[in-house]
Amino acid sequence: MIDLARQAVRLALDRGAKDAECTLAEGQEFSAHVRMRNLETLKDAGSRRAGLRVLVGKRVGSAHTSDLSSDGVLQMVKSALEIAEISTEDPFADLPDPSELGSLPGDLDLYSDDIQTIDTPARIKEALETEEAALSWDPRITNSEGASFSAHSGQRVFANSRGFFGGYRTSSCSLSTTPVARQGESMERDFWYSSARSHSKLDSPAAVGRRAAERTVRRLGARKVPTQKVPVIFDSVTARSLLGNIFEAVEGDSIYRKASFLAGKLGERVASENVTVIDDGCLPGLFGTSPFDDEGVPSRRTVVIDRGVLRSYLLNSYTARKLGLRTTGNAARGITGNAGVGHGNFFLEKGERSPEEIIRGIRQGLYVTELIGQGVNVVTGDYSRGAAGLWIENGEFAYPVSEITIAANLRQMLLDVEAAGSDLEFRGSVASPTLLIREMTVSGQ
Amino acid sequence: MPLSDSFFGQKFGITEHDLQSYLSEALAAGGDYADLYFECLATSQLSIDESIVKSAVQGVSLGVGVRVISGERTGYAYSDDLSPEKIRKAARVAACIANGPAKVDKTGFTRNGGNSARGHDLYPIATSPSETSLAERVELVKRADRSARAADRRVFEVQASYVDSVREVLVATSDGVLSTDRQPLARLGVSVLAREGDGVAQRGYSGGGGRVGLEFFETEKTPEHFAREAVRQAIVQLGAAPAPAGEMTVVLGPGWPGVLLHEAVGHGLEADFNRKQVSAFSGRIGQQVASPLCTVVDDGTIRNRRGSLNVDDEGAATQENVLIEKGILRGYLFDKLSSRLLRSKTTGSGRRESYQHIPMPRMTNTFMLAGESDPQDIIRSTPRGLYCANFGGGQVDITSGNFVFSASESYLIEDGRITRPVRGAMLTGNGPEALKHVSMVGHDLQLDEGMGLCGKEGQSVPVGVGIPTIKIDRMTVGGTGG
Repeated sequence: MIDLARQAVRLALDRGAKDAECTLAEGQEFSAHVRMRNLETLKDAGSRRAGLRVLVGKRVGSAHTSDLSSDGVLQMVKSALEIAEISTEDPFADLPDPSELGSLPGDLDLYSDDIQTIDTPARIKEALETEEAALSWDPRITNSEGASFSAHSGQRVFANSRGFFGGYRTSSCSLSTTPVARQGESMERDFWYSSARSHSKLDSPAAVGRRAAERTVRRLGARKVPTQKVPVIFDSVTARSLLGNIFEAVEGDSIYRKASFLAGKLGERVASENVTVIDDGCLPGLFGTSPFDDEGVPSRRTVVIDRGVLRSYLLNSYTARKLGLRTTGNAARGITGNAGVGHGNFFLEKGERSPEEIIRGIRQGLYVTELIGQGVNVVTGDYSRGAAGLWIENGEFAYPVSEITIAANLRQMLLDVEAAGSDLEFRGSVASPTLLIREMTVSGQ
Repeated sequence: MPLSDSFFGQKFGITEHDLQSYLSEALAAGGDYADLYFECLATSQLSIDESIVKSAVQGVSLGVGVRVISGERTGYAYSDDLSPEKIRKAARVAACIANGPAKVDKTGFTRNGGNSARGHDLYPIATSPSETSLAERVELVKRADRSARAADRRVFEVQASYVDSVREVLVATSDGVLSTDRQPLARLGVSVLAREGDGVAQRGYSGGGGRVGLEFFETEKTPEHFAREAVRQAIVQLGAAPAPAGEMTVVLGPGWPGVLLHEAVGHGLEADFNRKQVSAFSGRIGQQVASPLCTVVDDGTIRNRRGSLNVDDEGAATQENVLIEKGILRGYLFDKLSSRLLRSKTTGSGRRESYQHIPMPRMTNTFMLAGESDPQDIIRSTPRGLYCANFGGGQVDITSGNFVFSASESYLIEDGRITRPVRGAMLTGNGPEALKHVSMVGHDLQLDEGMGLCGKEGQSVPVGVGIPTIKIDRMTVGGTGG
């Protein structure tokens, strides 16, 4: 695969490109879905893709193909060069400086072949056990949207005309289930999952099923609450989405466009002392880890917010040139095109108090377990989303609530983080502990 | 058109005999049904940013998906290589789902749909995008950029993009259907940022298109149209106060606000959820789920619309489906699997994102039929409320029926008049309940401009929505204002 990528780069240079970069990706996907104790769907397949980006002078063209034959690759090269003809010169278009290219040494634990050793019947059995654990947890769980075992493995290689070439393999597997509970007129669903790069690190089917069941049953009989301003606790699941919003506000693209409420705030206090946000692409075995970013720049650890003070944006080489800064190794793209900005493992440092202690400290407030809809504007910081969760009275869960919205401005929400829990867990490339926000508007009746 | 003249016949030499043999392979281990979905998708994407055409991408994706159904079970595999041995391998993998004696009883194919005499011909376009020069298409985003910048001095950033694709599909099924279709799709979008002095920046967005050729953007909806609309929305936001919070009367403007129907009703009526009894609408056929003023349909047969298809992704002709008639729930949207299991007719609603995906019941163009009220009267009759002219996206939990969607342009209604703009309004409600509070329906049905993308279980498909001006007496609005 690496040879094919280097050949495509060479072919582009031979045909008049000043620079070129080529990504090849191949992947295998497997999923087994069961529902109500029966196998429902099996999917097993693989595919490959190639993408090429060329610079002709300061003009850029990109192309991609699923045809990796020599003819297919040649067509892709021609197509990218053709499209560069009609683009406009961009003075900032370039590849990273050769001094910035490289790859982390050592094994980052991104691939494990233990997943391959589990045969299809065993995979189906794990999905069945996961669903069964949920169905048998509580008599109110009367139905299910099923459970899945899925596995992916793949390889990604990258080569450019500045001398970089490299590749890495990844694997992952996951178990998930979505039970449905009923009580009178009330019907609710929720879900839980576990995912890991190796099968041995996956939570047990029993644990996943039980957690899904608990999350579902506790939603039954949900009501609306009157519109009011109260403290809001985001559980570690919904807090992740908040971290996603912070990422959008610190990534270089929205910064150089001044399309973020955090643009131009380097060195300033933007959050409470309880907030330290880190991006780390080097942590072994995690989903946000890679030896190099999608431009061939080594991954690294970047402190984004240090005890409330904005310390760094996250940049690829283009946004770095735009801002007169250095790339932070955060280039991300699918298979082709100009790289965007992505994150490694993007997380908020854990605090001292357990989630239970944080909840006990609330006289009246909302514990959010689900957010739906889009309603976050990182340009202005306006934040408004649909929510479901549990109402807190005198430090204890009183009853479930749904069909409400929560609103505030992210600018103020960050300054209002009164506590970060001790429960940081990496279940994907974004992670957060439980977070307590001093006050938000809850809209209901 | 004989298969030999179709895209896959010509380019890859695929014959009916080949298709029969792949289907036989797929059903060799038993199974009730098998199908093949061949797809070749050619896309181009151009965007302008800071008045520079920074990014342009062309690409092609080719592959075949093989599905085997055995009772409630589905086996699926795909290949991005159309060589006979790779297709046979995919067929054997998909066949693993079934066990038992082969029960292939088919004899031949009947032609269905797709640009043929017996099917629809919903997108006869003068010039396919791929037949026009890239330079012509680039001109569209350049014009949008110039127009947006010229429209208002407060605009400080403009991004415009144009994306088009042509999808060639061939569906062959073990029950004898053979369909081909050529599906064009194009969309132009403009996003701007505006700021007054040192104030907070606001974004405006507008876009549209459909299963149309380049001429659509020359004659019907020009780049200037979308640019001016994006600028107008951003400027309105500059003067907007925080949205109010709490329960109030909500008036939806015509067009894109029809996304309410998509979230509140449409998803809950997809037959897969109802087969599993996990939708808030399960078992409610014949019941009142909306006010008698509401009739909601899903219609995949409207010419040139973004959600339209000559044949669905399982080879069945699309049709108009009545979901709610005068407030009474009438029907669900079926794909092949759910229609087999629920012993109902397919409604031509089986759709998939690509050959790598298993089809499921999906919406096409979902809208409410026009009523009799004058839109002006609807506003005049509202002492206090919120008028929503435009929305961002929405989402629904089909089990509880709770949905949300965010307004991107809304105004207060005070004493029967639209007064001040507000920002950040989020509407939330419950699917089977929300439309019961509809008290007026306007005569001004409008379909959206053609930019909808619907996500379900990881698969995205283009859709359309539409609605006349309607008044909902009671709905929860989430904002930060008093």
